[in-house]
Amino acid sequence: MRTPLPQPHSERDAVPAVAVAPLPPVAGAAPVAGRVRLSWVGAPRPLTRRRRVALTLLSFLLPLGLWAAVSYLPFLWHPLVEVTDPGDVAWMEAGMRVPRAAFSEEVAAARGAGTALPEGRPANPVYLPAPHEVAVAFWTSLTAPPPQRDTIWLPASLWHSIQIIFWGFTLSSLVGVPLGVLCGAQPTIARLTEPVIEFVRYLPAPAFGALMVAILGIYDGPKIAIIVIGTFFQQVLVIANTTRRVDPLLIEAALTMGSRNLRLIRRVIVPAVLPQIYRDQRILLGWAWTYLIVAELIGTSSGITFFITQQARYQHFDNVYAAILVIGLIGIATDIALALIGRRLFPYARAQG
Amino acid sequence: MRDGTSASAPIPLTSEPCDYRTQCEPVRARFDRLKSRDVALRVEGLGKVFRNADGAETVALRGIDLVTHRREFLCVVGPSGCGKSTFVRILAGLETKSSGSVSVGGVPVSGPGADRGMVFQGYTLFPWLTVKRNVAFGLEENGESRHVAEREAAQWLALIGLERFADAYPHQLSGGMKQRVAIARALAMRPRILLMDEPFSALDTQSRARMQAYLIEIWRKIDITIVFITHDLDEAVALADRILVLKAHPGEVEELIEVPVPRPRHPGQSLMPEFRATRARLDALIHPSDAEADGPANLGGLDMVTRMASVGDEVE
Repeated sequence: MRTPLPQPHSERDAVPAVAVAPLPPVAGAAPVAGRVRLSWVGAPRPLTRRRRVALTLLSFLLPLGLWAAVSYLPFLWHPLVEVTDPGDVAWMEAGMRVPRAAFSEEVAAARGAGTALPEGRPANPVYLPAPHEVAVAFWTSLTAPPPQRDTIWLPASLWHSIQIIFWGFTLSSLVGVPLGVLCGAQPTIARLTEPVIEFVRYLPAPAFGALMVAILGIYDGPKIAIIVIGTFFQQVLVIANTTRRVDPLLIEAALTMGSRNLRLIRRVIVPAVLPQIYRDQRILLGWAWTYLIVAELIGTSSGITFFITQQARYQHFDNVYAAILVIGLIGIATDIALALIGRRLFPYARAQG
Repeated sequence: MRDGTSASAPIPLTSEPCDYRTQCEPVRARFDRLKSRDVALRVEGLGKVFRNADGAETVALRGIDLVTHRREFLCVVGPSGCGKSTFVRILAGLETKSSGSVSVGGVPVSGPGADRGMVFQGYTLFPWLTVKRNVAFGLEENGESRHVAEREAAQWLALIGLERFADAYPHQLSGGMKQRVAIARALAMRPRILLMDEPFSALDTQSRARMQAYLIEIWRKIDITIVFITHDLDEAVALADRILVLKAHPGEVEELIEVPVPRPRHPGQSLMPEFRATRARLDALIHPSDAEADGPANLGGLDMVTRMASVGDEVE
């Protein structure tokens, strides 16, 4: 705080002192020495590389730690008791999970009757296996063939799923990307196609399942079709919007140099928005994975979804988590790979910001 | 001042109040030669009306008449809102006109064409192409093979002194270098007219002065007519043969000034009486006394601004 200076009361100073009316104190008007208020939001300082890596690790470790805590600390949650020795309780058997209240009732009853007490340890529900169980399941399902004969191997089912995704996304992109660019570059074409696409986009892709089975049979055809339906309409609109954001000055410059029509699209508009289209495609590929799970339930169940539903039916939830994790890992690995490739392909896009 | 300085000045510069319309002999001869050349650009009764979203109409340009000759350097100045950008965009064919006619080399303008090169205010180099391929772009679009186009582009890069940067990408260049490449790219198509819409206004003062010198050098070496839009009046006087002064609301021709400053031009000329007289005339046309200013022009002696101070603050 500033200490008020003693006011000199000479004749000379007294005159302007009348003209200068002291202002009412305004918040923030007077700088307070030694205290600078930093803002967490606003002008962002770039994170150092070490801190970035640390934060990335932490973003994975925090939920993992939460999961581990819930799994390994018996006083956290554990609403069930896993029976290790049923004692003389008729309906219990080893490995059974019963609610804590029911278990303690039986213990009390057995104690009263003088029969052998059931024994057990606190447990979580079967649908929440501990991290190490999932890790083991992850490893064995990837490396060893499954114990049951009617189940399929995780890598095999995964490979099948990847093929479905690949064909669905490729077929969608072959038409969707060029059409999107045309819509973005030419208002007449956009007006002719976008309203109906906007409508169809709201029809849920799974709703076409039965129809696709009727048309394309029960095997991979309808699955690929669902992915195409789920991706294509979004794709056209997203790519069209991206294309519309091309810097108009670049187009005008090209026009003054005699570029026209398809040449203008091929030599200016497409290269100008290609980095953004590439990024859009990465996001759209993520959506295609979402449709995969629905698509694989249509007709004969197949691929990773078949694996997951079957393992869930056997209550092998560790395998279910392993399969879900595999999807996540494949998704993030693909995205990182595509991002790295993109950086190579469009070195100028980074400089633009 | 009126009597003393003219005698003591080392070069026979008169400090007498000089009329911007009086031209010394070489300048007059130059203008005579200029006007005897072919007409490069003819604009007759050009008008542009914008229709707003609510149906109201704004007259951006009205009744513009203009004739420029081959190898003329024309600057267009005017207050903001006078439609000088619209004017040059109509010349480029990027904007439609509402009335009148524009012809370049006798051919009516209807849309953008390779006979008019354009350099924009913003940077419009294609970021995915190297400098050389940027310059070659227009040639390739007009049917040259890539090999021939790149060879010609290399020559243009040599002209602007950037041959070392042929394989660099635009984001590796400074602002001034980008605009030099943009000029080379426009010139490479051999247009009759080079249209420039405030091309140096994004540059700092020093780069701008350098770019002006570059532009004059390039213009001296090739057969090109330049129409140069600017809001910098010094820039206009320093560059132009003639200055088209527009007035705002609606955009009409205020005056077409023949710049009496002799060529070759150099920075020292800004002290010449011809330069200053022209500049003064432009000032008078574009900033007429205190009309449409942001506040009263006369700040002296008035308590315009309330004093805002706490006790102990340092104020006058």
